[in-house]
Amino acid sequence: MMQHAPVMIVLLPVSAALLCMLFSRISKNLGSWLVIASIFGAFFSAVTALQQVIANNGAPLHYWMGGWQPPIGIEFVIDPLSGILAVLITFIALLVSIYSRPFVKDEDWLHIGGYYTLFGLMTVGMCGMVITGDVFNLYVYLEVMSLSGYGLIALGGKKSMLAAFRYLLIGTIGASLYLLGVGYMYAMTGTLNMADMAALSAGHLHSPLFAMAVGCFVIGFGIKMALFPLHGWQPDAYTYAHPGAAALIAGIMSKIPSYAMIRFLFYMFKVDNPVVSSALNVLGIMGVAGILIGSVMALAQYDFRRMLAYSSVAQIGYIAIGLAMGNMYGFIGAVLHIINHAFMKCALFLVIGGIEYRFGEVNLYRLGGLNKKMTISTITVTFAALSMIGLPPTAGFFSKWYLLLGAYTGAQYFYIGVLVISSLLNAIYFFRILEQMFIQREASLTEVHRHKGKLGLPVEMAVPIFVVGIGIIALGFYSVDIVTDIIKLGLPEVFLR
Amino acid sequence: MEVVNEFLKTKGIYSLVMILFFLGVYGMVLSKNYMKKLMAMNVMQVAVIYFYLCFAQKDGGMIPILNGATTNPDAYINPLPHGLMLTAIVVSLGTTGVAIALLMRIKEIYGSVEEVEVLRRASK
Repeated sequence: MMQHAPVMIVLLPVSAALLCMLFSRISKNLGSWLVIASIFGAFFSAVTALQQVIANNGAPLHYWMGGWQPPIGIEFVIDPLSGILAVLITFIALLVSIYSRPFVKDEDWLHIGGYYTLFGLMTVGMCGMVITGDVFNLYVYLEVMSLSGYGLIALGGKKSMLAAFRYLLIGTIGASLYLLGVGYMYAMTGTLNMADMAALSAGHLHSPLFAMAVGCFVIGFGIKMALFPLHGWQPDAYTYAHPGAAALIAGIMSKIPSYAMIRFLFYMFKVDNPVVSSALNVLGIMGVAGILIGSVMALAQYDFRRMLAYSSVAQIGYIAIGLAMGNMYGFIGAVLHIINHAFMKCALFLVIGGIEYRFGEVNLYRLGGLNKKMTISTITVTFAALSMIGLPPTAGFFSKWYLLLGAYTGAQYFYIGVLVISSLLNAIYFFRILEQMFIQREASLTEVHRHKGKLGLPVEMAVPIFVVGIGIIALGFYSVDIVTDIIKLGLPEVFLR
Repeated sequence: MEVVNEFLKTKGIYSLVMILFFLGVYGMVLSKNYMKKLMAMNVMQVAVIYFYLCFAQKDGGMIPILNGATTNPDAYINPLPHGLMLTAIVVSLGTTGVAIALLMRIKEIYGSVEEVEVLRRASK
């Protein structure tokens, strides 16, 4: 059982998701519990696999599909980076799957079954992208993730149809560009296995095909991760997504393509290559523009969800500049920020989903005095907001710290200025929310779903919100352990020389 | 003339594929009708599929079925890109299916699939 842990991360949710409709037909809630149980199984397998990797001092865990050896067969590779991300994805997916049950509980079996099928498939797509060791396999998982993502966004109601359709068009351009890049790399090296491709492409690093492929990868993943000039689909998609699934979509879906970009640029192609380093420069410019414009646009929003969406554009910019620094600290900062931002954005979207569930209100200027009605949620918002701004000891401080260290080490002082300005902008738009929630007069809100008691929300929703809120603080306290015990074990070779 | 012939021989088909790809992108950006945007998206996906099939081809290669004739790999065209593209075709079919389902819902909600009309009614 232990040696099959890598494949279980994908196999359990995919079988549960495909059986979900059948089980929902038999009994309305059976399908949803099946998917939640399978995601729990996947979480357990991911933790087991990561433990094995750490016990082997960071040596990657290989799983060969059907015993076919690479480069002929498809393999799953779990190294420290993909292991920690698999744990992150399954953990957040588990919380969000429990959290979203009240949203669909009152619908008929078709709706519940469909929702959880899409949810399970999206988890599969994200986990698969992280642990696969084959570039074409990554494309398939990318499409599994995106297609179920379009479905989950479209479930959000009337306005979400248009958002989902536009995301579909733009997302398909991204996926096609990725496929084109894979085509170039395959034509050049004749292999699809990542490790093999990394070794074989070493002799072609000055070929124009290689430059073309890197360009395709950067733009393709840039579209999928909503990097600044390519982010047009993102605000609408996050705003109108199904409120139950929005936390998963906003929290994780845009981080996974950035992981794929790291995998390509840092692990397969080396950053000291001229083509890759100019690609990193472009990433840096896009990241800086995204940070500044995303933060300013977030200031201008009054819809809570749309504000968070623009703030995501800025946060993806942090990841991009961390990569663009091209040194060890910048890299660690970017990876740490993927993890931290997943928690922070997930927490904020969980809370706004809860507010929408109870009051049907998303305008942040009408949330006055919310701390008296939903205490736990407002505490989580406080943690997440402080973490977004980057105050110690919350998680956000440590990723920003590593980014600053990276900028200092690489003598790229420009990035330090950008980070400071964006932290101030973050402070403005998050303190605005905290002021509304804690200081302003209590607004009169009509209750859509009435809940008395301290939690203010159904237990299924309050517990994930509480756990994620604690998680932000815990990530802050354990960030040293995460960096030294996990991320540093799996650094790309370039930084070890 | 030599240059043109040489270009057509080595890169001609790839330039056509690239033109097809960017025609698709152009159509997606500029057409004002969502159905036409969807069709342009399909053109773009087909261009990628053509690209793979083109570089799998080789002079004098036959279809990759072992028929007792020869086991020399040079005699066969590369079957792997064809296999990959079968998957890509399935993915593009899925994408098109989802897109058409969304378009039907958009038509139900807004009564039109013309971009100007839909945006006008959506902003109301």
